[in-house]
Amino acid sequence: MQFLTYLVRGISLGSVYALIALGYTMVYGIARMLNFAHGDVIMVGGYVVFFAFCKSGINPLLSILIAMAACTLLGMTIEKVAYKPLRGTPSLAVLITAIGVSYFLQNGAMLLWKSDPKSFSSIVGISGLNLFDGRLQISAETIVTIITCIVIMIVLMWFVKKTKPGHAMQAVSEDRGAAQLMGINVNGIISLTFAIGSALAAIAGALLLSSYPTLMPTTGAMPGIKAFTAAVFGGIGSIPGAFLGGILLGVIENLSKAYISTQLSDAIVFLVLIIILLVKPTGLLGKKATVKV
Amino acid sequence: MKKALSLVLTAALAASFVMSASAAEVIKIGGIGPVTGPAGIYGSSVKNAMEIAVDEVNAMGGDIQFELQFEDDTHDAEVSVNAYNTLKDWGMQILGGTVTTNPCIAVGSEAVADNMFLLTPSASSQDVIDTGDNIFQVCFTDPNQGLASADYISSQNLGTKIGVIYNSGDAYSTGILNTFLAKADELGLDVLEPQAFTDDNSTDLTTQVQACKDGGADLIFLPIYYTPASQILKAASDMDYEVKFFGVDGMDGILDVEGFDTSLAEGVMLLTPFVATATDDATVAFVEAYKEKTDGQIPNQFAADGYDVVMALYKACTEAGITADMSASDVCDALKEVFTSDSFSVDGLTGSGMTWDASGAVSKAPHGMVIENGEYQPMD
Repeated sequence: MQFLTYLVRGISLGSVYALIALGYTMVYGIARMLNFAHGDVIMVGGYVVFFAFCKSGINPLLSILIAMAACTLLGMTIEKVAYKPLRGTPSLAVLITAIGVSYFLQNGAMLLWKSDPKSFSSIVGISGLNLFDGRLQISAETIVTIITCIVIMIVLMWFVKKTKPGHAMQAVSEDRGAAQLMGINVNGIISLTFAIGSALAAIAGALLLSSYPTLMPTTGAMPGIKAFTAAVFGGIGSIPGAFLGGILLGVIENLSKAYISTQLSDAIVFLVLIIILLVKPTGLLGKKATVKV
Repeated sequence: MKKALSLVLTAALAASFVMSASAAEVIKIGGIGPVTGPAGIYGSSVKNAMEIAVDEVNAMGGDIQFELQFEDDTHDAEVSVNAYNTLKDWGMQILGGTVTTNPCIAVGSEAVADNMFLLTPSASSQDVIDTGDNIFQVCFTDPNQGLASADYISSQNLGTKIGVIYNSGDAYSTGILNTFLAKADELGLDVLEPQAFTDDNSTDLTTQVQACKDGGADLIFLPIYYTPASQILKAASDMDYEVKFFGVDGMDGILDVEGFDTSLAEGVMLLTPFVATATDDATVAFVEAYKEKTDGQIPNQFAADGYDVVMALYKACTEAGITADMSASDVCDALKEVFTSDSFSVDGLTGSGMTWDASGAVSKAPHGMVIENGEYQPMD
């Protein structure tokens, strides 16, 4: 029973990682860039929901919609201002810019909302499950996060595989130049990718903070890095990979905290990552890239 | 052009000499701390309180008159050393700072080299006073909080099985933990394996709380700051875990976290040197003055520490017969002697009968507080 409790907590943490990882993998899969500012967009989404829901008492779903709109706008602006001018430059330049954007958002938030922490109240109004005479508790936040995560994953896969913009995304991801020659608006598609990624970030922010309530300008940073790890773990660019990687990462982290050492849990998580990458460099569900010479 | 510029500069230099000569009747106290940035609340609290105290000292109209200049160091050691040099150029004779630990260690070694007397309000690490014999603290040294907590828990029989959750990446937290564990062992307290987290790994603290629950702890000791503590309180409440919590001065501030459900903090105990709701005359007067200066803000423990710095310096300067024309090094030697003498003791906001030993550590009795109805109440 103890083991089950820890496992459920691990899945709970993992589902948050998975949700964030979906955004990372989406942008990487299509635009071939690591958007390190993703975690900070989550933080902004968290603040928007905090002010809409916790402070002004707006309906939770509506609050999330407002946050999604705000984050979409923010994500597209970031893409237009910071990333688009760098298209065609070496990927290192974009990577450094993304780190810069991340710091910009953190410090901007510090100026705007101050650095003192805020406590977030859960947007999930229902109560959790009590199994086996209350010996195993599953919080409503966990259930909602997992369901949201699975729904988003399925919708994203359907969108990419079955719709026209989805096909265009795949084409852009395969070969940007050829896609352009086929009449695809590459810039438009990349903007759309950022819009979707950022909207997901708003949802992730709301759910992350519902489970783990401390909201600060640096709130998104560490979960962002962990989720990025999860995306690499599962195979970056692969949508089900992000989900699997996120859940596994959360479970490994929590079980090693519970049974090995609370001090070493991060070291163990990253050790597993290193081993996986040594054995399977593309991640668990990553596609093997064949390079023609 | 160059000639004109150099003339202006020479004039400015001469003027500054004249000015420093004319202001020679006051003793110049420097202060350094983070007024902006993530730790900004600490420095600004100390700055406000020191200004209040200096005004009070000067209003008494005695022989000792102070002038205060406070520099911002944004909680950065390098900036702090620059601030120290700025203050030295201004003519500082005594340093009432710095506010936070890491900058204080950096500035401390400069102060030792210059033989500048340093009395810090709140840099609480043992490393701060270990830097040199001219460095003194108004706040408790971190390890002392661990000792006092173990003593308090044992003497009041607060728990039979004690869980501990601490931040393994923070010198403040590990410093308190180590002395707590040693003392608890000596007193025969039953302490579970301490549960750790780091700043990078503090998103999810439920596993640590679960481990305390599974271990059967009826009291959890939290030698950490209030932000992770607020998460731990929430996690315990979510898993229907009825347990008592015992914190140290880092817990101060938990009631002010925006959006935090303060009913979760009900019954939380902490050791802290200062509470703004205390009803003794000195505290009431100080809180009143502080509110007036800051448009109604309630002073925290850092503010009280800052106030006590100035008041302790005032008393020591009076006893040592410090005059404004003495060099910083002479002032330092005289103050060192007074501070470490057996007869010197200060009744401050953060403790009555504060005395110092040669190491620079303060000795005073901490108050045990418990949170009731969203307010601090004395425990005994």
